[in-house]
Amino acid sequence: MLDAYPESRLARALLWSFGSLVLAFLILPTLIVVPISFSGSDMLEFPPRSFSLRWYSSFFGSADWMAALRTSLVLAGLTAVVSVPAAFLACIAIDRQGGRLARAIYAFAVIPSVVPGILLAIGLFFVLARLRLLGTLGGVLLGHAVLAIPVAVIVLYPAVRRFDWVQLQAARSLGAGWGRAIVGIMLPQMVLSLVSAALMAFLSSLDEAVISIFVSSGANTTLPKLMFISLRDQIDPTIAAISTLWTGLIVAVVLLFAARQRA
Amino acid sequence: MASPRIALEKVRKVYGRHVALDDVSVDVRPGEFLTLLGPSGSGKTTLLMAIAGFVRPEAGLIRIGDADVTRLPVNKRDIGIVFQNYALFPHMSVLSNVEYPLLLRRLPRAEARERAQAALARTQLEGYDARDIAALSGGQRQRVALARAVVFEPRVLLMDEPLSALDKNLREQMQFEIRKLQQDLAITTVYVTHDQREALTMSDRIAVMNAGRIEQLDAPQPIYQCPTSRFVADFMGESNILPAAFLEPLGSALPLDGTLVIRAENLSLEREAADGDGVAITGRVTAHAFRGETWHLRLEVEGERQLLLSIPSGKSFDPADIQIGQQLTAYAAARHIHRLDGGPEP
Repeated sequence: MLDAYPESRLARALLWSFGSLVLAFLILPTLIVVPISFSGSDMLEFPPRSFSLRWYSSFFGSADWMAALRTSLVLAGLTAVVSVPAAFLACIAIDRQGGRLARAIYAFAVIPSVVPGILLAIGLFFVLARLRLLGTLGGVLLGHAVLAIPVAVIVLYPAVRRFDWVQLQAARSLGAGWGRAIVGIMLPQMVLSLVSAALMAFLSSLDEAVISIFVSSGANTTLPKLMFISLRDQIDPTIAAISTLWTGLIVAVVLLFAARQRA
Repeated sequence: MASPRIALEKVRKVYGRHVALDDVSVDVRPGEFLTLLGPSGSGKTTLLMAIAGFVRPEAGLIRIGDADVTRLPVNKRDIGIVFQNYALFPHMSVLSNVEYPLLLRRLPRAEARERAQAALARTQLEGYDARDIAALSGGQRQRVALARAVVFEPRVLLMDEPLSALDKNLREQMQFEIRKLQQDLAITTVYVTHDQREALTMSDRIAVMNAGRIEQLDAPQPIYQCPTSRFVADFMGESNILPAAFLEPLGSALPLDGTLVIRAENLSLEREAADGDGVAITGRVTAHAFRGETWHLRLEVEGERQLLLSIPSGKSFDPADIQIGQQLTAYAAARHIHRLDGGPEP
């Protein structure tokens, strides 16, 4: 990898400046809401002319925002709980099956992540309407699981593939039933991948807006949906405060996980 | 409790059109070390896995002691298994690996630890308790696998080519260690290998397998010296299988007919008086090679047959004297000529 590193000074300088530009372009739009959220003015403006914490108190003081936050967190947790076991079992099936059928199942499991979200949302709307699940937490959960399972499969599959299945035979020969062999021997060896998958599933749900806009409503409105609605109806910096907290939360979770992974 | 016998009656296993086990019956005696020997695809591993319970036969019976275990799940069979790749648990220490079967059996922690340590001591692994599996050499992993397989005092022990991953010297050392452990525990053992020398070294009896069947079941010496079929003669190392017509009898009253087997090391270039009656075979030299302990010599007899000679390199034999294409006569004593029963001419 290092062999491909450019040798001349100029090439290196160009590479660095290009890399920095790309990074800045990726990060700045996220960071720009931070100063806006501390603005004292009633409008979204940058740079802010005065500073205050009023938009943070407006967020925490609002029953609607708090309900949406709670919905989003509960939903994200449930999405992880539902999609990780499903993805894990799918990975086992894919690995044990082998051959063309296994590749087909893998493709099938991963497809929802590449289908345009809006198409998925429209389809889901009609399916959930039939099932009378529109506007329920279960309905949104199904939608989010559809998106989270592919993510979890992609994270888990390499770990399942690496696993030496003879170990389960060994455990069984030593007296363990299937359940104990899987829980005692297989799972501990893929803890890291399972936690990664759960985290990715959690974040994918937390982040999801399109499906939520279509199928969540009332008490089950998620935070991203409420942000979208409030952005459309009234423009005040509360949204910037929420975005800042939201970004902070996600960055914190990811950093915490990265730190644990290194340890 | 004495280790029980293992009895297989007409065990049959079919994969699609391939008959992996063709009505195999075999009786492993209590405390015996029985080796299943054969080339890959001969069914030896399938047979072992059927005894273990990982392969469910379509027909037949498997008994351990008096109990019919044919339908018993693996974890209820109480069998110690050493796997080819060891299958140690990489997320556990050496000691935890060996304690695992004991803790599954709800032994108190202290007792489990004590017994696991005793088992590790038996396999020369004292002081390795806390090691990671990843930090062990191949031979050490082999020993952990062995300790784990016997620590819970299983009724019988099964081993699937456990030494195939080790280098030659270590392999030979482990052959003796495994054999000693097996004899100390007096545990009925079925061992799978494709290495005939390993089978000869370790076993009480050897079952030579071919195409899902046991070709010959006997003690090492008869298997080596008196193969009952062309397959066994071929598989047990360098043998010459010849119709009697190729041999010229020396001495009196040597009835020569049918198909005869002469091992390569039982042929020599000098006729020794002490050998008494024997045979002579004349051919042209097509190749020779130095193999360390032996010289390897290949003769072509009557145009098509190859005759293999293996001559101890300590003997007075100078390959410089021998030229490709030269005529030579090889001799074998009568006691080294073994007649194959039946079997068609090649």
